[in-house]
Amino acid sequence: MSVQRDVMEYDVVIVGGGPAGLSAACRLKQKAAEAGKEIGVCLVEKGSEVGAHILSGAVFETRALDELFPDWKEKGAPLKTPVKRDDVYFFLGEQSAFKMPNLFVPKTMHNEGNYIISLGNLCRWLGTQAETLGVEIYPGFAAQEAIIDEQGVVRGVVIGDMGVDREGKPKDGYTPGMELRAKYTLFAEGCRGHLGKRLIARYKLAEGADPQHYGIGIKEIWRVDPAKHQPGLVVHGAGWPLDNANPGGSFLYHLEDNQVVVGLIVDLSYSNPYLSPFDEFQRFKHHPVVKQYLEGGQRVSYGARAITKGGFNSLPKMVFPGGALIGCDAGTLNFAKIKGSHTAMKSGMLAADAVVEKLFAGAEGGDVLENYPAAFKASWLYDELYRSRNFGAWLHKLGAIVGGAINYIEQNWFKGRAPWTVHDRKPDHLCLKPAAESRSIEYPKPDGKLSFDKLSSVFLSSTNHEEDQPVHLKLADPSVPIGKNLPLYDEPAQRYCPAGVYEVVGEAGARRFQINAQNCVHCKTCDIKDPAQNITWVAPEGGGGPNYANM
Amino acid sequence: MKALVSVKRVVDFNVRIQLKPDGSGVITDGVKHSMNPFDEIAMEEAVRLKEKGKVTEIVAVTIGGAKCEETLRTALAFGADRAIHVKEEGEVQPLTSARVLAALFKKETPGLFLFGKQAIDDDANQTGQMVAALLDLPQATFASKVELDGNKAQVTREIDAGLETLEVDLPAVVTTDLRLNEPRYLKLPDIMKAKKKPVESVTIAQLGVQAAPAIKTVKTSAPPTRSKGVMVKTVDELIAALKQKGLV
Repeated sequence: MSVQRDVMEYDVVIVGGGPAGLSAACRLKQKAAEAGKEIGVCLVEKGSEVGAHILSGAVFETRALDELFPDWKEKGAPLKTPVKRDDVYFFLGEQSAFKMPNLFVPKTMHNEGNYIISLGNLCRWLGTQAETLGVEIYPGFAAQEAIIDEQGVVRGVVIGDMGVDREGKPKDGYTPGMELRAKYTLFAEGCRGHLGKRLIARYKLAEGADPQHYGIGIKEIWRVDPAKHQPGLVVHGAGWPLDNANPGGSFLYHLEDNQVVVGLIVDLSYSNPYLSPFDEFQRFKHHPVVKQYLEGGQRVSYGARAITKGGFNSLPKMVFPGGALIGCDAGTLNFAKIKGSHTAMKSGMLAADAVVEKLFAGAEGGDVLENYPAAFKASWLYDELYRSRNFGAWLHKLGAIVGGAINYIEQNWFKGRAPWTVHDRKPDHLCLKPAAESRSIEYPKPDGKLSFDKLSSVFLSSTNHEEDQPVHLKLADPSVPIGKNLPLYDEPAQRYCPAGVYEVVGEAGARRFQINAQNCVHCKTCDIKDPAQNITWVAPEGGGGPNYANM
Repeated sequence: MKALVSVKRVVDFNVRIQLKPDGSGVITDGVKHSMNPFDEIAMEEAVRLKEKGKVTEIVAVTIGGAKCEETLRTALAFGADRAIHVKEEGEVQPLTSARVLAALFKKETPGLFLFGKQAIDDDANQTGQMVAALLDLPQATFASKVELDGNKAQVTREIDAGLETLEVDLPAVVTTDLRLNEPRYLKLPDIMKAKKKPVESVTIAQLGVQAAPAIKTVKTSAPPTRSKGVMVKTVDELIAALKQKGLV
């Protein structure tokens, strides 16, 4: 089918309206205004609006925001709840926990001066700022692929077609996606961006870096009894319900308006294929430390998103002809701080500065933004990521207690400048043990008060996809789930997916792998964790996916 | 012939509605909003009539705060030629809306005034009807088919007993039902062009209308939660269970 596509040309096209993409957009326009010049900037976002697909804890460090909008307070940025207290727990079991004395908490985990925010709302605000500065933002449009010319130069992106049926045929109202061409294209899709992944492969950007590492974060927003609400309280935890072979951590933050957010991050290097991050999270909420705040409250929202957490050692090369990866599309999260928003923003701003420098020097575009990695190397972002480079690797290799102790020593005594670097060279998808060697897990039934089932949870994410469209979760080989993954790993997709997209249905002997693509909350975990790397997440029709509020 | 289309910004139909803890209303902060789906159908119909050559100009109108401009931009991307934003940050009740829209009708003198049959936020289903009454215009509500012929319109409406076809003299008020059409996908180039189309803004007072709230919201509460169902294995068990509850 040959399609006639409309074409628009810009100086810069940005894929993704998260902290990285929006900060880059704002910075480009600020610099243009300062110089009295025009830079045409277009930003596309696959969510139905800016913020609809954003999910984060989030405890936010203002460093990058201070640089981007020194007057963010006057401009009404939604940073309403300063952190008042940091509690760090080591959960020993279902009932018991050990509260770490403040003295022994790694420096990077102290949050004085930070704010508890909804990153979604910060992005909404950044979106408004960007539009005021003249950025054209188009939510509800998903970039489907990068335009790469014969010389191997990225020239922009093609937006996904609208109105295609399940079989891939055009329906009534079929609308071919437009071509957005640009001198430079910045990819800011967040963790495991579907275009970023292809660019990393095509331009061999990850060569020489450690494999990327990921986590799956599951989060809920609760409205709690005002008597139990302590705005500004930050609680972090390690240990139960996870363990050293299946590591991760938990968070619980008290925001404004009697809101408490609670979440569990499970490292996708977990080894037991029977583990279900969703069910671990549900049972976690029954722990007395958590229950004390949630009991009597009401759950108002649910969501999940994968996290890029390999950090410094896993950072790919961030540039290629005609464009750059920014934020978690590259992997700029600082795991030692468990924060990626300020680092994503900074990376976007650095890339924007590099683009501006090129454009003002008269560049035609399409070349390599080598000044972006150079500026990155000279920035506080590099220093910060460098100093945290061993954090995740220690935890993965030695577990929360020993690894945590070493991290304490590295961060507090050496300030992250220890004369060694530890590597974690095993990709997450190779970490699963065969089901036969693993302990199967019987999860407690949800009580409907603190814990819930998957479907009622997904319902709270307000997820919606046009039903009659091609399945956006592609299997390279459709026989793998039942033929290989099921006998070997009891098909872990049934459990790692936090939205119930994957099901194994039917009787023994006639089993079938069912993909309920309309449930997908765009977390990308399947694309990462499938042991056969057989699942590829591609963008569905624009506007589909979760509609998160205040996430 | 000119078509005037009334559109409203509402909480998106995909969003799970949350109540404010004090029961004074629903939470709208940080929540996705979009054009009322029935108004999209009205917009789509106007555009189709224009494509058929029956309508020459489409004017979209909305009443509400600054953010409602987004909704007008959506209408312009659908194909409206221009838009009117009646600015009002406070609550606007249906009768006030109707008076404002009636005033705009007098100013614009369209041949056709299209409305969604109701807005999905308050489900009032009365604005179109009240506008018709205030202007003493013919009205055809819940349209599932609209045909224009000279200075008359044939409107098919869905009623309990089947379909009813009305003929009304133009100008008339038509409110649109779900099955009238399926709104098109907005094209990115059209959205781009919509940013440059003119939006005129006026206030309620400038239109000579006095906002007179006649309704007071006493309380907003969530529907009662359904109690859990019980699975029964046999018909006998079902009957026994129903008997026990005193239902048969």
